[in-house]
Amino acid sequence: MASKLTRANRAGWLMAGPGVLLMATFIILPFFLAFAFSLTNQRLASPNPTEYVGFSNYSDLLGLAVFRLEPERDDAGEVLRDDDGVIEYPRLRNFTRNNDAYPHLDGKREWFSWQSGENRMVVLASDVVFIRALLNTFLFVIVVAPLQAACALGLALLINQKLRGISFYRAVYFMPVVVSIVVVSLLWKFIYSPGDGLLNNVLGFLTFGLFQPHDWLGDPGTALGSIMAMSIWQGVGFHMVIWLSGLQTISPTLYEAAEIEGASKRQTFRYVTWPGLRNTAVLILIVITMQAFALFAQVDVMTGGGPLDSTQVLVFQAVERGYGRQDISGGSAISVILFVVVLCISLIQRYLTREKT
Amino acid sequence: MASISPDNHGLRLVTRYAVLTLVAVIFVFPLLFMVMSSLKPDTQLLNDTSSLRAFLPVGDISLDNYAAAFERAPIGAFVLNSVLITGATVLLTLLVCSLAAFSFVFLDWSGKAVIFSILLATLIIPYETIFIPLLLMASQLPWIGGDGFEIGWLNTYRVQIIPFIADGLTIFLFVQFFRDLPRELIEASRVEGASWWLIYRRIVMPLSGPVIATAAILKFLFMYNQYLWPLMVVQDESIRPVMVGLGYFTDQLNVPWGEVMAYLTLITVPVLAFYLSLQRVFISSVASTGVKG
Repeated sequence: MASKLTRANRAGWLMAGPGVLLMATFIILPFFLAFAFSLTNQRLASPNPTEYVGFSNYSDLLGLAVFRLEPERDDAGEVLRDDDGVIEYPRLRNFTRNNDAYPHLDGKREWFSWQSGENRMVVLASDVVFIRALLNTFLFVIVVAPLQAACALGLALLINQKLRGISFYRAVYFMPVVVSIVVVSLLWKFIYSPGDGLLNNVLGFLTFGLFQPHDWLGDPGTALGSIMAMSIWQGVGFHMVIWLSGLQTISPTLYEAAEIEGASKRQTFRYVTWPGLRNTAVLILIVITMQAFALFAQVDVMTGGGPLDSTQVLVFQAVERGYGRQDISGGSAISVILFVVVLCISLIQRYLTREKT
Repeated sequence: MASISPDNHGLRLVTRYAVLTLVAVIFVFPLLFMVMSSLKPDTQLLNDTSSLRAFLPVGDISLDNYAAAFERAPIGAFVLNSVLITGATVLLTLLVCSLAAFSFVFLDWSGKAVIFSILLATLIIPYETIFIPLLLMASQLPWIGGDGFEIGWLNTYRVQIIPFIADGLTIFLFVQFFRDLPRELIEASRVEGASWWLIYRRIVMPLSGPVIATAAILKFLFMYNQYLWPLMVVQDESIRPVMVGLGYFTDQLNVPWGEVMAYLTLITVPVLAFYLSLQRVFISSVASTGVKG
């Protein structure tokens, strides 16, 4: 019997042992430690014993509150206005600093506000920078994942032609993938230089001088977009190759059938190619999403989170806390938030693109 | 008959190549710009960005930037460290992960199914989410070395190597490959009394060239390009890898771009050459990570 031949408890454990042990120690253990640390005040090095603090690390990061700021009134109840007629409000810090009547606002800062009649509605956050990092990360993923997947599919279709020398082009498109993202980031930082930078010059040349030089990374409006564009440039070849292997699993007989039926190019893509790529699409979206959430090196090398926190992202925040401020618990809490978000999004993507039976 | 006239056909062919080439320019030119800039003095470098000269080796061409870069930073040590760390990890990964996969595929032992599914589940854990707790672990792990017992792995080679030896993806790649090998071959050898170690070493591994290449390439790229982890755990510059060594050039008030480009070229071109000489293997390796799912 085969089972007798392959039954080998001792040998089995001995051979799998090193790998299992290493993964348990360096992947699974820290994974659970992240959850554990996030509920404590653990620091990288501290003379004080570590204490359980409940969910305070999370509320320090995610805490939000809406507050209605009512105008200052005189004794008659009239709204006070300054010389320009602008309504005067009490200072926000009167409520957020050591005010026992408003414990839920303690330590929070203004994130944004809007006018509502005489009142000003203020949204406060425990950690405004972290909230910005969270939103920037989502923005990055929401833009980069579909765009990069689409560009990669375009390249894959381009490369899937039967032409002489096509493998040369494939090799070229893939080239940035093997270059370190750190190298790419620094190179593009130079290309994005304000004024006489290469990109400004190229755009000026292509528009016959109409384009005005722009400070790509120095402008809060374009910094994150510049990082997105560069990230797509670097990573698109990777996903092109995955699309390509998906394309090549589609049976050629289906294409022959479509041709015999007189299908147009668009119809062939819609009814033959796209349905055959369903599994590949799920995989690619999950892979890109996970990579996009892990965004760090680009920000660290190119902008350091600025200008005006416009390129703050989750991993950068986790590193700034856990390593920069040696606050392991805060960094761990961010890691847990990141993991939960990644997990949820992969599950949602898997669900949305499930096989419909 | 719906035959295409030769002229039309030729035109379409030209258009196709034109599109392909245009896209290729987008991918090649930034890298070309990097290499060319590394050969020019800073003043010319900045002037050249306003014309096609940016992509050509013209003007005052020299290796001065390289010499200056070597003056500024201990580049030789960085490169040596990267080679050592990457090489050691790749070799150990190949050994440890292939052994584990061999055991998972060919041997029956209690607990195997559960452990394998746990290891597979780790594939959804991004490294970035475990680096912070791992940093604390690294600061407190014990080690017995030449100097006897000590606490703490920070500022060592081992902290850059050991955590990355075993990973779910590599084990999974080997498992998939081993599953397609003929089981009769292994069972026949068992009947003849060969030990598991002998079967692994003499039968299975010699047949596993393709998956070894794939695993080695993926690990090589991951390790050589690592940035965040060494940034956190290695302050001692004598054991820093190349990517972290970049700080020498960027922490300046006025970034010496010529030297930066020289350094970038120096640490990138060997990898690109390696890639171009083995591009089919590289590309199919990456594609094989897409087979899971």
